Amino acid sequence: MACEQSLVQLHGYFDGELDALGAAAFEKHLQTCTDCQRLLAAEKALRTSMQNAELFERAPNSLRNAFRAAPSKAPVVLPRSADAASFRWRSLALAAALLLAVFLGWRQFSRPSAIPSTQMVASTLVDAHLRSLQPGHLTDVESTDRHTVKPWFDGRLDFAPPVQDLANQGFPLMGGRLDVVQGRSVAALVYGRRKHIINVFIAKAQPGARWSGSGTEQGYHWLAWQDREFSFFAVSDVTSADLDELRQLFVKQ
Amino acid sequence: MEQKSRERLNVLEGEDRARFEAVVLPHLDAAFNLARWLLRGRSDAEDVTQDALLRAFRAFGTYRSGNARAWLLQIVRNACFTWLRQNRSGEQLTEFDETSMSTESENPETLAIASSNREQLARALEGLPASFREILVLRELEGCSYKEIAEITSRPIGTVMSALARARQQIRSSLAQPLRKEASRGL
Repeated sequence: MACEQSLVQLHGYFDGELDALGAAAFEKHLQTCTDCQRLLAAEKALRTSMQNAELFERAPNSLRNAFRAAPSKAPVVLPRSADAASFRWRSLALAAALLLAVFLGWRQFSRPSAIPSTQMVASTLVDAHLRSLQPGHLTDVESTDRHTVKPWFDGRLDFAPPVQDLANQGFPLMGGRLDVVQGRSVAALVYGRRKHIINVFIAKAQPGARWSGSGTEQGYHWLAWQDREFSFFAVSDVTSADLDELRQLFVKQ
Repeated sequence: MEQKSRERLNVLEGEDRARFEAVVLPHLDAAFNLARWLLRGRSDAEDVTQDALLRAFRAFGTYRSGNARAWLLQIVRNACFTWLRQNRSGEQLTEFDETSMSTESENPETLAIASSNREQLARALEGLPASFREILVLRELEGCSYKEIAEITSRPIGTVMSALARARQQIRSSLAQPLRKEASRGL
């Protein structure tokens, strides 16, 4: 094949792994190279049919239950007989809590106008995403109908989040949920993507606090963007390309 | 097996349990999915995933922070390859390095690929050497980045990139083949 040199670039480009310069260079090459055009079309066809085939298989419940056999208790449950030990632990915990309170207080005063960075919001929201995956935590209102989900937020939020069903575009709406993130109430819309789950957190846009960027945290991808009214934050274990597709659908509306 | 697992599950007790549940267990589906495709069966995958998770729990003390999914998938992946070596010694685990990249890509049979159904894709995927299978599953089904795949498979990123290109080529050509055979039979 004439284009052996570009092969790795082609896959890197296809997977969104090239930097801006590399991607631009490859796009330029692509304009004139029919081999690469054909190969890229074939790779797209392969990805599309793999995605449509829903090959991802979730763990059976027997496996899931094996690890949740014991009712999940509060973080650390100390044996009742070990009262002395328990007392020591409690004093330690109390000391730690006091230290933390002092530290937080100090931070509050030393940076009075501190606005959480996107990175900080990202870790909080990845945690919120993880919590939502625990059994029974995913949705407060479970519906594929945006006319059910949207009104549900009335009276629970001081804004009306843009709810849309994107089933035809491959992102079926599964429901909605209310979350509190760093003291702000946010709407969480739950979308499916093949067998994966995407949380889209929506907050009222705040002057000065721009959510933008993307990244990976604890193995989950996140993508943040905003428009004039709202800040959006999508978190999922789908590919970052999928998240970007979802962002574009939101931006289009 | 039932008895054995019940007994060993008690290992998941103690201070780390809650943290393990919060940090690692959300990746249970990802772990099972990888094992299912590497071992080509749900039942073996369930056993191996369970063992790998117990191993992960025991090793949890060494996990500090970072990418919990990649950390778990690496453990699962290693457990699968060990299992394959012990139980299916005849199987081809790694690709032949000489596999040529050339001819097939010039005629990618885009139509045949686009119209493949789940069964055809599953068969084609299962027909690949395990090392190609894992890279495609990690990339296309689990959505891992190149960096994550390199971490999980303990391979340099350059090797990951060229293996991915060849894995894709191979599955494309095996998807195109049945049609080609049918076509020639029809003539």
